Amino acid sequence: MSLTPDQLQRIALLARIDVSAEEAQGVAERLNRVLGMIDQLQSVDTQGIEPMSHALDVVQRLRPDAVTESDRRDDYQKGAPAVEQGLYLVPKVIE
Amino acid sequence: MAWEIVVGIETHTQLLTRSKMFSGAPNAFGAAPNMQASAVDIALPGTLPVANRAAIEHAIRFGLAVKGKISPRSVFARKNYFYPDLPKGYQISQYEIPIVQGGTVHFFSDKAEKSIRLTRAHLEEDAGKSLHENFKDMTGIDLNRAGTPLLEIVTEPELRGAKEAVAYARALHALVVWIGICDGNMQEGSFRCDANVSVRKTGDEKLGTRCEIKNLNSFRFMEQAIEYEARRQIEILEDGGSIQQQTRLYDPDRDETRSMRSKEDAQDYRYFPDPDLLPLVISEKDIDRIQSEMPELPSSRFKRYTDQLLLATSTASVLTSDKGLSDYFDRATESASTEIIRQTANWIAVSTNAKLNERGISIQQIPVPALQLRQLVERIVDGTISGKIAKEVDDAMWSGEGTPDAIIEKRGLKQISDSGAIEEIVDEVLAANGKQVEDYRAGKEKAFNSLVGQVMKRTQGKANPAQVNEVLRRKLAR
Repeated sequence: MSLTPDQLQRIALLARIDVSAEEAQGVAERLNRVLGMIDQLQSVDTQGIEPMSHALDVVQRLRPDAVTESDRRDDYQKGAPAVEQGLYLVPKVIE
Repeated sequence: MAWEIVVGIETHTQLLTRSKMFSGAPNAFGAAPNMQASAVDIALPGTLPVANRAAIEHAIRFGLAVKGKISPRSVFARKNYFYPDLPKGYQISQYEIPIVQGGTVHFFSDKAEKSIRLTRAHLEEDAGKSLHENFKDMTGIDLNRAGTPLLEIVTEPELRGAKEAVAYARALHALVVWIGICDGNMQEGSFRCDANVSVRKTGDEKLGTRCEIKNLNSFRFMEQAIEYEARRQIEILEDGGSIQQQTRLYDPDRDETRSMRSKEDAQDYRYFPDPDLLPLVISEKDIDRIQSEMPELPSSRFKRYTDQLLLATSTASVLTSDKGLSDYFDRATESASTEIIRQTANWIAVSTNAKLNERGISIQQIPVPALQLRQLVERIVDGTISGKIAKEVDDAMWSGEGTPDAIIEKRGLKQISDSGAIEEIVDEVLAANGKQVEDYRAGKEKAFNSLVGQVMKRTQGKANPAQVNEVLRRKLAR
């Protein structure tokens, strides 16, 4: 399996990564190498084997329902480019 | 041409927990912006989610309540999309294997019992909030809501029309509040519905193309939005057009839906199992324990009320719309006679319910203890007071004047059932109202009511109405 230029641009858009026309060729080659490995994996006979959803064969540990975090807004917002009235500000998003 | 409206509902139910789905930040509404957003909720690099046991148990409670299948093993997945109120760039949800599969919700619509099959209910986390209005060229982001545990409950597309869809949504709302997994506060966004609406010619098997109406946060808007949307689709089809699959928003001010995004720019969420979270395994033992702690469900109480207590379905459905109201009724009528049960049920469904709504308080805040209401009804049934006087006593109970017996005593409200006393008053009234007596004998029934009114007035409403009627008729017949 290999990616068409359109598929590559679609993936780049979904990931919000700007891939220029010059870079496209190289990126496609590298991604195709990864897809090649996946093809190789898919050629293995997995008949009768239950798929795993995680590489570790262990189950989720759960947390008791308790509040363990205190407010650290001021610390967190020190790293934000723009803050007003306690809100993080981002360029206007129009639906 | 006859059209059939087909609706499926997706409901985002915020789960009632102390802390968030994957972090130890508080899960409470109304804090100042970003004061309840922890490092996990704002997606600082290096943080990891840990699932909240209470949220998972709430999902199991729901699954048991709708008799769905609780997946012994379910998987958290990443739903990828970019939006500033979703700082990780993905929402943790469940995709291929949700925690609850199938199930049925029973409800009443147009006085008929209906049921709707559920497709699934899955756990996920809420996003933050974007505030577009207050800043020039900027959007404000509040991440307090980010990470709030949600159970998304999805029906099959099998509801017929707006009324039925709303009846289902009300029943679901009552159920999630009843089993204690959601506070049900729609103003605060605790219970938010999306409606998938399509239309098809009556008799067609194939579903029409659907449009999804997002974020309906009141039952009234939900009904209006579905009705508008169905009309819009029917008009397009009758003009020979076709429906485009779209996500639409309802604007209550203009009573219309409008397009938010179309299928062409539909999201590609690229779901995949979240490597930060291991498979969620639920044991039979956990399910059995939760089952043993479940309260009696509204549907089973409804059945008990109608089948055993012989209450009218309308009364039973009011009583079972709220667990508190139903518990109150049960306390008031414990081992009571049929007549007291019937009258108490009516009193709660009509008068108590109206007073609660008027004052905007919940049954938990009612100033009248259940056993005092029982005493009030007993005094009506044993003839101490009339139904009309009982209303006065009830008002006094609501103002905190004490028990019904104390109020009846203090205010001298005991019904006059002494026939001698009633005869005396009737005689006085007949002597003073010669014209009405003549009118009555001339066949005017209205005159009779006026005479009854006079007797009641002289006794301040305390005369036993049945006795007054009887004595008056007897004396007038002479």
